[in-house]
Amino acid sequence: MSQHHNQPGFTDQSAIRNFCIIAHIDHGKSTVADRILQLSGIVPEREMRDRFLDRMDIEQERGITIKSQAVRVPWTYDGQEYTLGMIDTPGHVDFTYEVSRALAACEGAVLLVDATQGIEAQTLSNLYMAIDHDLTIIPVLNKIDLPSAEPDKHAEEIAGLIGCDPSDVLRVSGKTGEGVRELLDRIVVDVPAPSGDPDGDARALIFDSVYDSYRGIVTYIRMVDGELRSREKLHMMGVGTTYDPIEIGVISPDMMPTRALGAGEVGYVITGAKDVSQSKVGDTITSAAHPASEALPGYRDPQPMVYAGLFPIDNAQFPELREALDKLKLNDAALVYEPETSVALGFGFRCGFLGLLHMEIVSERLSREFGLDLISTAPNVPYEVTSEDGTVHRVTNPSEFPEGKIKRIVEPVVAADIITPKEFIGAVMELCQDHRGVMGTMEYISADRVEMHYRIPLAEIVFDFFDQLKSRTKGYASLDYHEDGEQAADLVKVDILIQGEKVDAFSAIVHRDKAYSYGVMMTKKLRELIPRQQFEIPIQAAIGSRIIARETIRALRKDVLAKCYGGDITRKRKLLEKQKAGKKRMKMLGHVEVPQEAFVAALATGETGNDRDTKDKIRAAQKTEG
Amino acid sequence: MTYEVYVHVPFCLRRCGYCDFNTYTAPDMGPGASRGDYASTAIAELRLLRRWQLGHGIDEPAVSSVFFGGGTPTVLPPRDLIAIVETIGELWGIEDGAEITTEANPDTVDADSIGALADGGFTRISFGMQSAVPHVLRTLDRTHTPRNVAEGVRAARGAGLETSVDLIYGAPGESLDDWRASVRTALALGVDHLSAYALTVEARTKMGRRIAAGELAAPDDDDEAAKYEIVDDMCAAAGLRWYEISNWARPGHESRHNLGYWRNVDWAGVGPGAHSHYTLPAGDGPARSLRAWDLLHPRAWAQRVRLGDVPWADSERIGADEDVEERVMLGMRLREGLDLAEIERVSGHDASAVADELVHEGLVERARGGRLVATRRGRLLNDAVIERLFDALL
Repeated sequence: MSQHHNQPGFTDQSAIRNFCIIAHIDHGKSTVADRILQLSGIVPEREMRDRFLDRMDIEQERGITIKSQAVRVPWTYDGQEYTLGMIDTPGHVDFTYEVSRALAACEGAVLLVDATQGIEAQTLSNLYMAIDHDLTIIPVLNKIDLPSAEPDKHAEEIAGLIGCDPSDVLRVSGKTGEGVRELLDRIVVDVPAPSGDPDGDARALIFDSVYDSYRGIVTYIRMVDGELRSREKLHMMGVGTTYDPIEIGVISPDMMPTRALGAGEVGYVITGAKDVSQSKVGDTITSAAHPASEALPGYRDPQPMVYAGLFPIDNAQFPELREALDKLKLNDAALVYEPETSVALGFGFRCGFLGLLHMEIVSERLSREFGLDLISTAPNVPYEVTSEDGTVHRVTNPSEFPEGKIKRIVEPVVAADIITPKEFIGAVMELCQDHRGVMGTMEYISADRVEMHYRIPLAEIVFDFFDQLKSRTKGYASLDYHEDGEQAADLVKVDILIQGEKVDAFSAIVHRDKAYSYGVMMTKKLRELIPRQQFEIPIQAAIGSRIIARETIRALRKDVLAKCYGGDITRKRKLLEKQKAGKKRMKMLGHVEVPQEAFVAALATGETGNDRDTKDKIRAAQKTEG
Repeated sequence: MTYEVYVHVPFCLRRCGYCDFNTYTAPDMGPGASRGDYASTAIAELRLLRRWQLGHGIDEPAVSSVFFGGGTPTVLPPRDLIAIVETIGELWGIEDGAEITTEANPDTVDADSIGALADGGFTRISFGMQSAVPHVLRTLDRTHTPRNVAEGVRAARGAGLETSVDLIYGAPGESLDDWRASVRTALALGVDHLSAYALTVEARTKMGRRIAAGELAAPDDDDEAAKYEIVDDMCAAAGLRWYEISNWARPGHESRHNLGYWRNVDWAGVGPGAHSHYTLPAGDGPARSLRAWDLLHPRAWAQRVRLGDVPWADSERIGADEDVEERVMLGMRLREGLDLAEIERVSGHDASAVADELVHEGLVERARGGRLVATRRGRLLNDAVIERLFDALL
């Protein structure tokens, strides 16, 4: 068997090519990866299932790769056997740091672009990152089998972006397998071999770390220098811990233990660490006996950028929520959480996420894998609030917003790159302006598509920006953003009062100009959502003690006046029993009963009031200002 | 112990758009279930019920009331209805001065048929008037005219019968003045008793579908509350006082039959879908009473009777908690109210604090003998009152 030629741990660097695939979400990365596995012969035809590498259910269903993996693929070119290390990278903005570590583990990147769509903003930003890491780029157009493919047009576009000739852009179909063989040959020819020091002190870059319920923490590494052996103690240079490795190996395509991993190779280590925070992406593994003097560059702790409260609808599920978060944390070093108590929602957790998608994935896993029914509060970014007396507060939750006079508020800002067909330039500009964006430059990446650069407060992005961008550009625009410092901003905290009582779950920190629309929208929504009760219920929005919007739920005058004769008695009794059970799902806010569904619906994002009544009320509220 | 018989006649000449009662318009429903066979099957069921009662240690006394409801009982000839009453007399006996009522559609009776019913022992007729306003009657799909009702009531009074009319309020398009006109017309007939029901829209009816499709406006709670207050005021001014949430009568003319339901007496239900209620003899397990109901479809019902079985679809045993629930929910509908001390004794819980709150909030009043009686506001918010009492008593 030819693939036994280059044994793990004994493969010369000159026969190794490590590469990753950079692609937008639906551009067919997993399908191409599947074809590569198939062509190399390591996955027998009959075991091939779609998207072999995406293991988590959610990944398969959403068609996105959350956790990258690394597969060792044998490939013969010109009579010589090569060992390809294929590193699968996550495709979404929230995982930029993970992407950057995956890129750091490679010498080449396959830039995979859908020939029907052209390049998208996230791909472009990952491409720039790959170029910054000095990777060799192999441009490839996928889906050329589709009738709507426009390979010539998009080859021009790509050539313009990376400075190659359009004829250098390969054309493949992951679906039919056409061109994939040529792609593998091209990888061997173009991607440089690793150039670490095989005899130096061992240094391995951790580019991913996942929790496996059978094996514990599996850490994916790229050997840079030297060699790691399965029987020697390992040392994590960043975290500072030392382990006896339980297993070292490669993935081809299943886990295969080996005695060692040598310079340039990609593989995995099972350290026996209890959770992924013990084995962090970006850290350097070295030998405990002969430690390297210097860690590999680029290590940093993930910083949550979006915070939200997660509360079980049934407060009795609080312990289960804690347990579920503890389990997710094993697999997700970026997830942070601490207990939070809300007057309205009871016991829950304040959670920090890398971004909105990260938040969505976590909530979805909590409900799907752990069967939890959750309410999540509106997402919040971290603010730095300085009171008049000079005290500085870090505010990740409206409830932490200090009372009294505020001297200064600083909010995080992102640099946002948006690629859109040129006919939507106006729509995108309007959207960005509405969201306090400041325009930078704009470039035509092809005759009919532009890349626009904005500086936008992160708070504006985390709410419903992405959905609006998609809807205003008929789904054509793509967005990428990364942190870009901070700025002072005129922000206020808007409180919502139900029958005079502040409801913490509905408080929000918003720009002063948006305070009125938030207040009007929220009070209107709640008026619809809270059932009438025996007394009148005022619903107000306030900045401090100043009321900016008000709605009233009129008192209920009658409940049910149905007949109640012979056969009605059983029916009526059952109805009353059902209503009684329904009350258990009500939250009491003062004397007001609020159904759980009202919280869920009121906190749902994405709805902006465009009806006349809402607009009039916002205008009226603004007039009371000044 | 009081004992009554309810007879369900599941036939109508046509189905009204708002109605989801168990009723059928086809004259021929197959052997035993058709209009012409109905009385003999109902009589057979009465005999089966008597046999079942005796087999279960339930020896009911002479009936104090018989009530024919539907459907439209008066689509049957008077002799059929009278034959059923006679059988009841034969099996259990009928108390002196018993109340024997039939519901009637104004356009299915005339002076002759009413006379025949009176001769056969009937004492009371309840007319389905619903409204006196033509456009409201059309919305409700009713075929009679306001004049039919007046003639029917006059004939009934001429025959010495007590009279009642049913009204419905809250139909789409009915104004407050329309409603006042209907109540005024009903009271001008000189009836002894009036029932007024808020229109309940059932999703599976024609009206329910039309409202869901947006063709008709859904009834509005505030509008119905206003109309309730209107009918309550107008009845009081005419000398009819409320004795149950939806019922008003000249003192002494309350429907004894319906009071029986709310006082939780025993009754046998006869006919497709009819419900029965029996207090279970002490020592027969933990249940306090039994509710059972007949098969809904006339054909299935008739077939079961033919086989010699009590034609029940199902039954439920009312345990201690359900018994408390029923007493509260039925008692709070009545002007005579709920005996607080009694219900506290039965449930083993103290409800005096909640009762005080409800009094304070103007939802109930304390009446003689420590009974709780709903105020008008408490009648309109009856569910809320009941739920608060449930919380205290269960």
